Amino acid sequence: MKAVVWHGTNDVRVERVPDPAILNPRDAIIRVTTTAICGSDLHLLDGFIPTMQAGDILGHEFMGEVVDVGSANHELAVGDRVVVPFTIACGRCFFCERELWSLCDNSNPNAWMAEQLYGFSGSGLFGYSHMMGGYAGGQAQYVRVPFADVGPIRIPDGLSDEQVLFLSDIFPTGYMAAENCNIHPGDTVAVWGCGPVGQFAIKSAFLLGAGRVIAVDNVPERLRMAEAASGAETLNFDEDDVFERLKAMTGGLGPDACIDAVGLEAHGATFDAYVDAAKAAAFLATDRPNALRQAIHACRKGGVVSIPGVYGGLLDKIPFGAAFAKGLTFKMGQTHVMKYMPLLLGLIEAGAVDPSFVITHRLPLDAAAEAYQTFRDRKDECIKVVLKPNGETVH
Amino acid sequence: MNSTVNVAGVERWASALGGAALTAYGIRQLRDRSVPGAVMAAVGTALIYRGATGHCAVYATAGISTADGRDETKQALGGARGVHVEQVFTINRPADELYAFWRNFELLPLFMDHLVEVRRLDDCRSHWVARAPAGRTVEWDAEIINEIPGELIGWRTLDGADVVSAGSVRFRTAPWGRGTEVRVRLQYEPPAGKVGAAVAWLLGHEPSQTIQEDMRRFKALMEAGETPTTEGQPRGGRR
Repeated sequence: MKAVVWHGTNDVRVERVPDPAILNPRDAIIRVTTTAICGSDLHLLDGFIPTMQAGDILGHEFMGEVVDVGSANHELAVGDRVVVPFTIACGRCFFCERELWSLCDNSNPNAWMAEQLYGFSGSGLFGYSHMMGGYAGGQAQYVRVPFADVGPIRIPDGLSDEQVLFLSDIFPTGYMAAENCNIHPGDTVAVWGCGPVGQFAIKSAFLLGAGRVIAVDNVPERLRMAEAASGAETLNFDEDDVFERLKAMTGGLGPDACIDAVGLEAHGATFDAYVDAAKAAAFLATDRPNALRQAIHACRKGGVVSIPGVYGGLLDKIPFGAAFAKGLTFKMGQTHVMKYMPLLLGLIEAGAVDPSFVITHRLPLDAAAEAYQTFRDRKDECIKVVLKPNGETVH
Repeated sequence: MNSTVNVAGVERWASALGGAALTAYGIRQLRDRSVPGAVMAAVGTALIYRGATGHCAVYATAGISTADGRDETKQALGGARGVHVEQVFTINRPADELYAFWRNFELLPLFMDHLVEVRRLDDCRSHWVARAPAGRTVEWDAEIINEIPGELIGWRTLDGADVVSAGSVRFRTAPWGRGTEVRVRLQYEPPAGKVGAAVAWLLGHEPSQTIQEDMRRFKALMEAGETPTTEGQPRGGRR
C-alpha cells in the first residue's frame, strides 16, 4: 500500500510499504477513504516531537471502511463505515471507565518512554512518535486499529466523509477546549490560534453559550474564517496590542476564559517570542509558549485558561505569579475523543454544525509531501488539507 | 551457584571496580617500564577475576569464605544478599481472578517476556525455563513456600537452580472499588553475581524494569484481554 512516511525533520515522503495485518484479537483493519493533515503533524515535520524514527507512518485523522476484524472484536463487521479517534484506548481500565480515554493505561506499548519524561504515560496515539506507542498512522491506504471494538464510531448513511472526518480529532478537540472553559451564558472567550482546532473551539464556545468569542491570530484568511463561519470578533496580533485590546473590548474586565489553540510552536511578534525562537533553535528550550503567556496575562481574575495546543517538554518563563495572583484555573490535555463523538455526530446529523467548512485543500495521497509544506508555510491560504488515499469514494 | 564463591556482596563489587581502576593505572605505568606498574596491573586483574567469579584464591588458600559457600536458597539470599526488586500495580479486576490466573504458573510466559516455559511438576513444584543473554537459557525448579488463596503466593528456587531466587506476589483489594493492588517482590542472585546485574543494568536490562514491563503486560492482559503491540506493523524504508 501507499503511506505517508516520516524520514526526518522536513522530510516526509509518500512510499510503498507492506499492508497492515491483524495483530491482536480486538483489532480491525480499515481501508482509509479520507484522511487529513493535522496542525500537530507539523510539530513532527518540524522535528519538535522526540522519539520519532525514520520509517514511521504518519496520520491520526482518518476514516474508512472496515475490511477485517480480529477474533475478539464483536462490535465491528466488514463493510462498516467508521471514523477512528486519534487516541487509542482499551475501554476497561481505571481511566477509560472515567471517560479519560486519552489517559488509557493499556494502549501504549512504550509507556516506559513517556514515564521517563512525564512520570506517567498517556494513551497510545496513531502516528505520533514512539513515546506515544509508535503506532503506524492513517495517512495510508490501510491502517490497523487496535481496540477497534471501543474506539471507532459507525457513520450513518447520508453523511459525507468531509462532514464527519473531523470527529477523529479536531472537532472534539475544539469542543473539549470550550467545555473546559466552564462557560456560563454570555461569557466572553478569547481564542489564540485560528487554525482548525481554534475554528472548532470558537464554534463550540458559541454552542456552549458564550456571548462573544474573540479570535487572535495574524493570518488574515484564518481571522476571516473565524468571523464568517462562527461570528467571532477578531484581533490581529501583528497590528493590535492584544492585552490592551482584549481589556478594552471587555470593559476592563478581561476575557472570562482564554483558549491556547497554538501550542509549542507559537509565532508571536513580541520580544519573548523572539527569545523563545532563538533558544529553541539553539536547543536551549523545547517549547515556545508565547501564546500561553499572553493567554495567562490577559485572562480575567478567577478565569479559566484552556489548552488544547500541544506542548511536549519544558516551558520557560511562564508567568505563574500572574496565574496565582489572579486565581486562574488551568485545563489541558489530549482529547478524550470517544467521550464527545456521539454528541458531536448528533449535532452534525441535526445540521447544527457542518465541520467541512475548515477544508481548503482536497488532494490525493500522492501529493502529501507538498501538502505538508503548503500547510506549514500557510501558502495558498491553506487551513486544512484532506487526502484521498484510495481515490474518490461517493457516499 | 558455584560452591567456590567465597566473596560476596559489596566486597565482590568493590573487587571488580577497584581491580579495573588498578589495572588501568598499572597499564599506564607499564609504558614507563615501571615494576610497581606491572604489579598493580597484575593485582588489578586478579581483583577483577575475584569480582566477576566470586572466587578468591587467597581466601580459598586461607580457608576464608565471606559468602557462606552454600548453594541453598535461604543462605544465598539471606539478609541483604542478592538483588531485590519490588513493583506495585493497581489492576482493575477482582483479587480472586488475578490470583487464579497467576497461580496457574504455566500461563506466566504469556506476560513474562523472558520466560520460555513453565511446567507444573506437582501442586507445589514447577520447572522454569528462561531466556538468558547470548541466546542461552537458564532453568530452575521452584516450590511454593507460602500461600494464602486469593491473597498471596510465595516461592523459592530449589537446590541446583541456575538462578537462585525467591519471591512473592500479593493481591490486596484496593479501596473504593479501584480494583486490586498487585505487589511483586523478587530477590535473586544473578548468574554472574552482582557484577552481572550491574553490567546488565548498564546495558539497559535492569531487573526492576523487566518486572515492571512484565506487570504492565499482566495488567493489560487482565483488564483489556490483550497486551498492546506494534510488532509486525508496516513501516517505511529507512535511510
